Amino acid sequence: MSDSHAQSVAFVRDTVIPESPPPALETGVVKWMRSNLFSGWFNTLLTLAAIWFVFMVLSVVVPWFANGVWEASDIRQCREIMAGSGGGCFAVIADRWQQLLFGFKYPSEEYWRPTLAFVLLFIAIAPLLFSKMFPRWMLVLTALYPFVAYYLIWGGTILAPLVALLGFVAGYFAYARVVRRSFAGAAAAGVVVAVVVWTLGGYVSAAAPGFMAFEPVASREMGGFMLNLILGVVCVSLSLPLGILLALGRQSNLPVVKGICVVFIEFIRGVPLITLLFVANVVLAYFLPPGTNFDLIVRVIIMITMFASAYIAEVIRGGLAALPKGQYEGAESLGLDYAQSMRLIILPQALKISIPGIVNVAVGLFKDTTLVSIISMFDLVGMIRGPILASTDWNGVYWELLGLAALLFFVVCYGISQYSQWLERQLQTDHR
Amino acid sequence: MSALTDPHRESFRLSMLLSDTRYRSYTFQGIALAFLIAVMAFLGANLLSNLAAQGLDISYEFLGSPSGYDINQRPIEYDSQSTHLRASVVGILNTLIVAVLACVSATVIGVFAGVLRLSNNWLVRKIMAIYVEAFRNVPVLIWILIIFSIMTVSLPAPSAFRGEDPDSSLLFGAFAFTNRGVYIPAPIMGPGAWFVIGAFIASIIGIIALRRHAVKVLYDSGKVVKTFWPSVALFFLPTLIVFFLLGRPIGLDLPALKGFNFQGGIQLRGSLIALWFALSIYTGAFIAENVRAGIQAISRGQSEAAAALGLRPRRIMNLVVLPQALRVIIPPLVSHYLNITKNSSLAIAVGYMDVTGTLGGITLNQTGRAIECVLLLMLFYLVISLSISTAMNIYNNSVKLRER
Repeated sequence: MSDSHAQSVAFVRDTVIPESPPPALETGVVKWMRSNLFSGWFNTLLTLAAIWFVFMVLSVVVPWFANGVWEASDIRQCREIMAGSGGGCFAVIADRWQQLLFGFKYPSEEYWRPTLAFVLLFIAIAPLLFSKMFPRWMLVLTALYPFVAYYLIWGGTILAPLVALLGFVAGYFAYARVVRRSFAGAAAAGVVVAVVVWTLGGYVSAAAPGFMAFEPVASREMGGFMLNLILGVVCVSLSLPLGILLALGRQSNLPVVKGICVVFIEFIRGVPLITLLFVANVVLAYFLPPGTNFDLIVRVIIMITMFASAYIAEVIRGGLAALPKGQYEGAESLGLDYAQSMRLIILPQALKISIPGIVNVAVGLFKDTTLVSIISMFDLVGMIRGPILASTDWNGVYWELLGLAALLFFVVCYGISQYSQWLERQLQTDHR
Repeated sequence: MSALTDPHRESFRLSMLLSDTRYRSYTFQGIALAFLIAVMAFLGANLLSNLAAQGLDISYEFLGSPSGYDINQRPIEYDSQSTHLRASVVGILNTLIVAVLACVSATVIGVFAGVLRLSNNWLVRKIMAIYVEAFRNVPVLIWILIIFSIMTVSLPAPSAFRGEDPDSSLLFGAFAFTNRGVYIPAPIMGPGAWFVIGAFIASIIGIIALRRHAVKVLYDSGKVVKTFWPSVALFFLPTLIVFFLLGRPIGLDLPALKGFNFQGGIQLRGSLIALWFALSIYTGAFIAENVRAGIQAISRGQSEAAAALGLRPRRIMNLVVLPQALRVIIPPLVSHYLNITKNSSLAIAVGYMDVTGTLGGITLNQTGRAIECVLLLMLFYLVISLSISTAMNIYNNSVKLRER
């Protein structure tokens, strides 16, 4: 059939036509915009509304930054310089940044100490956070950090933190010698040895208060963002072991222990943090032996730690409950006792599952440290609300100060939550 | 063999309290109990000696004495001669007002933002992601303070509304945004107003009945009864007809500038608005994440199967995805409601007189009864939390997946 037409065909293409480009509307930016921004009338409307919204926000924020005044001695001078251009008076930050970061009582020539402690914090937590990238021996630095940080921030003789450290080391060695025979006995031995070392060392450090001493700074002189960081770091690290104990207690089959833990957890979770801070502020003193006088910051740390440990306990309980029953039974069938099975089998897995939840609690707790401003402590928010906005120089500079506070918290909290998401992906051992 | 696996029963010896796992638990519990009692006794003894040293006692009689301070937002009758107890009740009501308002608006904002985060519009998706991250990562106290300063610093004073050519004017002639609060119209109930409200309620019931009927007809006969337009008509028409037949019994009391301030209408104080708005957008960001997670938790196969059955997208959402997503969304949603209630105690930072401001603030400072006040305050929050979580547990059990 085809042969019969051979002569009548005038032209036969013997090369392939080059590929023509896809329709302009279906490629590149245009295609992306069509499918992501303008697919249908409703989407177009949404896009236009969103663009309008972004424009409105930018039209306020950009001039605010662009016309901002960074150098002025007070708000009146600021307003003169701006002359109604609608800029921000960022001079307040340039003028008072030390107060915002360190509070208004911390001696200014000692600012390098908390700053150094803050930098060291990263070195200390790096081996914890990125355990795969750093060698294990660096965990020693993490263990040393609390003592170094105490020495740097609070000052005083180096003997005090040194004795505390020695107590822990001695306690650990006592524990390590006995732990093969019995866990409970080892724990008791460790505590006893540590207490003995602390008591003896207490006399030594009291005898030589000036030995290698920095200028001591009392707790009530801490303030600013530093106070938020101190409260956050201290309370989270203290509440973690407490939370683990509470979670184990709540899962335990001893009714008395379980009852105590349940009542504690539910009570703490049922009341707002602010009432617990009221307790720290006005009530706790009634329950202490007459004559003892804790610093407010210590009382606040106690209450916030209790608050955080109840929430962490609930997170870890979720992790414990999520473990398959076979793990518990497997540990028992190996002949491990309760302490061993928890330490070696259950907790490592349960804690791994609960890390994202714990990080969430930590972020929430760090944000909640601003509440101490309500019981008139001068943390970042307290500094803004109190000494700075009340001063005649800067009375009325709300946006710049509160914006800075929001920015500082955002950077820290967003950083932590991004880390937690990264860690979640790292820890995902199931293959999906 | 069975004789070997069955240990002979020993009589109880004292050393078994330590060595035998059957009895060791009693030892541990005994220690725990003794420890608890010792701590309690220590704290109690300290309390008694401290109170005795300061010549104080624990008594709740102060609740009956006149409070001597004013509260600027009073849902019930109250003046400075009322008792501290009444001041606390006013505070509790104020707490509940702001908590309920914030729960409703946070849910609306959260659902809205959560659904938009899954939108296929790139720009909207990004804006919502920025909103969620910005609000979740900044303390709610800072948001409350920021919005409170918007309310008090950036809004015009009532005097700006004065004169022939004022700087500011009423929105729609009825809403005044001033630095002393927002003034909105208040309804005036004339004679017959209750008939209008009754007609409105009756039409709502009618709409529900109509929808039930439609579902029943659908299940019995497979016929689809249209309900949308009849519902709209039922919603508006009866109420409007009764309203005009009775000669407009419900009027509006519009706020108007008299003297130095606005009179008439309802005044929403800046502190209430700041607290309400800040709590709603802050918690709304969390709820948005829950809603998104809930919708994403429903596997794609579910909506594909529904599509294969021939359901339309809206019906897939309503009949297949949402009922399953709600099971994931509601438990954390309720815990966010609890958080709102607890976070509303931050009212004290902006001077909104909730129960923390009255009972835990001024009453505590005036009477010096710190222990009693803080105890009552905790009790109030505890009762709220525990009752909501009990209700929650009942709900959870009722929607739990019943597996075969």
